[in-house]
Parts: sequence; structure tokens; C-alpha cells
Amino acid sequence: MNEGSDKATIVVFSGELDRALAAFNIATTAASMGMEVTMFFTFWGLNVITKERVEAGEKNALQKMMGLMNRGGARRLKLSRLNMLGGGKAAMKMLMREYRMPSLEEMIPMAKELGVRFLACTTSMALMGLGESDFISEVDDFVGAATYVEKAAGSKINLFI
Amino acid sequence: MKADRILDCVGLYCPMPIVKTSKEIKELADGEILEVIADDKGIKSDMPAWCSKTGHECLGIEEEDGEFHVFVKKKG
Repeated sequence: MNEGSDKATIVVFSGELDRALAAFNIATTAASMGMEVTMFFTFWGLNVITKERVEAGEKNALQKMMGLMNRGGARRLKLSRLNMLGGGKAAMKMLMREYRMPSLEEMIPMAKELGVRFLACTTSMALMGLGESDFISEVDDFVGAATYVEKAAGSKINLFI
Repeated sequence: MKADRILDCVGLYCPMPIVKTSKEIKELADGEILEVIADDKGIKSDMPAWCSKTGHECLGIEEEDGEFHVFVKKKG
């Protein structure tokens, strides 16, 4: 009942494909059930909503090194288990296609279309040397933890993935 | 049961039948009936749950040859 008045918040801390899929599955479902959904991406979760980084930007040496080893972009995420240097991920993607399950790259615009809000954590961004231009256009805002806490305090569902 | 509109979700899994239903229901006038056809049995629990949350009415589910026909009446 009360379509539109219920809120759900999801913290996406993890940067693995399977965990991101679970987060987007719940987000799109909750949005389809009339809930106002906010996803707060922090730490490794930022990789889900970054472009596949090309430029080094204003990074220091450590951040540049981390950027090389921790390249962003939904397409690049690995599985948390059975990744097997990408072989397991390829098999999983093949199975998902066979069963007509949406890929993460399809889930992101779908969530957006359903009105899910994407927030990126500015502290994690600073730590990893990421600027606003490193993110996909679907990101709504760049905020701190207080914005998330305020949203979560008024939410009936609050997940940390 | 006679439906005003049919949504074919055969071969689709969670969350797609629910996501598609939430979009499709917008195309109906108040009181009209949407028939959702799916073969993922999660729909038996999920569609009544979706209805209970959104306020639309789940009129019933008919099972036929491994396919579930769910009838949803748009609220209003």
C-alpha cells in the first residue's frame, strides 16, 4: 500500500559482479513494488558505477598504482567465487544469457528507468583518486555518509551488500 | 478468466516478471485485468506479494502445462 511513500536503501560496498547483481535485483524489484530506492555506492562498490577508466587524472603515485590494479566499470567486475581468472565469469555470463537473465550492464539503466537513485561516496572517491567525470552518467549525486544515514533512517529496508 | 491485456513472461526469471508487470499495469485503466504468464514458479508467491505491496488485486493463479497464468486487477 501507499505507493511511493516507502523507502529502501542499499549500500553497495562490494565490487564483485555477483554481489552487484544481487543488489540490483533487489533494487529493481523494490522500485517495481512502488518503493523509493536509493543505492549508496562506497569503497569497492564504486567500481560498479565508474566508467572503464582511461585517464589517470589528478592521482598521486599510490592512487595511480591502485587504479591500475583496481580498474572500474561494470563489465570488468569479477565473481566473488569461482571466477577462475575470468573463465568462471564467462561461464556465468553465458548461463545468464541462456536463461534470459539481464546482465549487470542491462540492470543499471533498468534501475535508473525505474527511478532508483545512485549516490557515490565522496570519501571513497577521494581515497581512490576518482573525480565526478570518472562516473557513468546514471549517478545522481556525490555525497557523504550523513546523506545515506538520513535516507536509511527513514527506510523500511536497509541492506549492506 | 478474461483479461484485458496479456503479458508474456515465459522464460524470464526474477526480477523481470515483476519489473515488466509494474510497467505494464500502467497501460491499463483502473479496474482492468492483466494476465501475466510465467513459467518461473517464484511467480506464485511473488505476484501476490507485489499486489499486496502495490494495492492491486491478485484475482487468482491458474497452472497449466508448467505455466502460471496470474490475473491482476488494477486498483482504482
